[in-house]
Amino acid sequence: MAGIPHDHYEPKTGIEKWLHSRLNVVGLLYDTLMIPTPKNLNWMWIWGIVLVFCLVLQIATGVVLVMHYTPHVDLAFASIEHIMRDVNGGHMIRYMHMNGASLFFVAVYAHIFRGLYYGSYKAPREVTWIIGMLIYLLMMGTAFMGYVLPWGQMSFHGTAVITGLFGAIPGIGEAIQTWLLGATAVGQPALNRFFSLHYLLPFVIAGLVIVHVWAFHSTGNNNPTGVEVRRGSKAEAEKDTLPFWPYFVIKDIFALAVILVVFFAIVGFMPNYLGHPDNYIEANPLATPAHIVPEWYFLPFYAILRAFTADVWAVQFVSFITGGIIDAKFFGVLAMFGAIAVMALAPWLDTSSVRSGRYRPMFKWWFAVLCVDFMVLMWVGARPAEFPYDWISLIASAYWFAYFLVILPLLGVLEKPDTPPATIEDDFKAHYGKSSDATPAE
Amino acid sequence: MSDILTRQQQQADESRRDFLYYATAGAAVVTTGAAIWPLIDSMNPSADVSALAVVDIDLEGVEPGSRITLKWKGKPVFIDHRTEERIAQARADDDAPMIDPEPDAERVQRPEWLVVIGVCTHLGCIPLGQGGSDPTGDWNGWFCPCHGSHYDTSGRIRKGPAPRNLDVPPYEFVSDTLVKIG
Repeated sequence: MAGIPHDHYEPKTGIEKWLHSRLNVVGLLYDTLMIPTPKNLNWMWIWGIVLVFCLVLQIATGVVLVMHYTPHVDLAFASIEHIMRDVNGGHMIRYMHMNGASLFFVAVYAHIFRGLYYGSYKAPREVTWIIGMLIYLLMMGTAFMGYVLPWGQMSFHGTAVITGLFGAIPGIGEAIQTWLLGATAVGQPALNRFFSLHYLLPFVIAGLVIVHVWAFHSTGNNNPTGVEVRRGSKAEAEKDTLPFWPYFVIKDIFALAVILVVFFAIVGFMPNYLGHPDNYIEANPLATPAHIVPEWYFLPFYAILRAFTADVWAVQFVSFITGGIIDAKFFGVLAMFGAIAVMALAPWLDTSSVRSGRYRPMFKWWFAVLCVDFMVLMWVGARPAEFPYDWISLIASAYWFAYFLVILPLLGVLEKPDTPPATIEDDFKAHYGKSSDATPAE
Repeated sequence: MSDILTRQQQQADESRRDFLYYATAGAAVVTTGAAIWPLIDSMNPSADVSALAVVDIDLEGVEPGSRITLKWKGKPVFIDHRTEERIAQARADDDAPMIDPEPDAERVQRPEWLVVIGVCTHLGCIPLGQGGSDPTGDWNGWFCPCHGSHYDTSGRIRKGPAPRNLDVPPYEFVSDTLVKIG
């Protein structure tokens, strides 16, 4: 691909030449797999492969589950029990699919926070970042709609709450909510269309993943130093990089194996640990479970949604200047989507000239607080909306916005960054010594 | 002379071409919209879903002080056969500070029968208070367990994040004991 100079595919045999002059598919795969990759990548660069694995796992198990599932309000819950009890190995396939969603989100949060710390979002990788954010949004939509399909109590009333968010839009909200549900309340039309979209969106995600990979193959990977690979000549580039295959493939597969040990321990021994028992009660439109809690991976943003109640001065102020069009409920919805929007805008909000957080002494601390903040939001999102949790969620939500809208722009001006190493090769030698001259055995 | 003519002709050609571009682009947008609209509209409530919009309910045997729940358009409707005490409580509070001020008399057709949609106006949970042992909140009406909204004996929001009172569905008394909802 463009950018870092490296060897390209040369067809040798007759059949290779024949195919190459008709369709350059082998060359495309070769260039993708052999991309020069910074040789100082650390263990936080494994999540991409984990995410690809999750996508494949979810699609593979999902396609099989669909063969046994019935998207009907009277039959859906029973068909899940049919999968669990009657279908050969069905319980295992479903538990992998359920917990696969959780692994997917563990990996995506690690992947996103990796990007936030090492400045992977910064120029010239903004497009990679934006596409990543789109994938993340689609993941949330897909996960939410998948959770509706078992038609348990949490499925049903969670749908009522989440589609209710759209009902908060002034004026047209109710019409949008009715359109989304295909009725005035959650029922058969909603179940049917969520099933359709839950099947469709993973393939949209797969398409975007290809664009995501294409984008960072155009710019080259970021790395822990944030220093660009030298690309004056092939020899120079080779001092900073190793081909993705086999070096990084092996490393990533090792990491994946370790993660899968934990994953299958959970799937095998505590498959319902991350779920809610209420979802094993069939949906009842006339009774809400005492405690509606979304899945853990939505909790930080759910906490932000709930944080802005009518007694917060910012909400009262906005309500006043918009003449009441933006009330507390709509404000909460805007805050929740805004929390993701500000993250997507990070490339333009971060003003620092240094890319990697490793060389930013003040940034490091604010970033550490952001990580804690995310955990606090996740914790408080599962607590009831009462004192002191309302205050905690308000403060934690405020920090989330302050980090992106105030701290990132200001740090670039106020902070005196350390000097990053001149080249990736220097960083690599500093870590791994000069004994082998850092040249891998070929 | 012929040069000038050619230039004029060229300009005429160009503006003609521009017009054709705009016309083609406009036609393409309209055609695409016309093709997509039926797909979008098909997601709106279908005829059979809309047809279930009227429910008759016989109130004979609903004792004063008891509440019943029925399903209308997929949503629960709460009917409260209010006691004198509950009516008095609702009327006494008409002037109290409220999130969504509305006198009790405007929310009922007959004071002893309160008919409201049992969906919290915050995010759509079903408030508690229909069952005999349910919590009914600080105002003796309904309490939404999801985010802590309290409703009074007129179904008005008194405390919590909900922005509106419980909605009153369209209904009419066909006779003293028969109500048509929808």
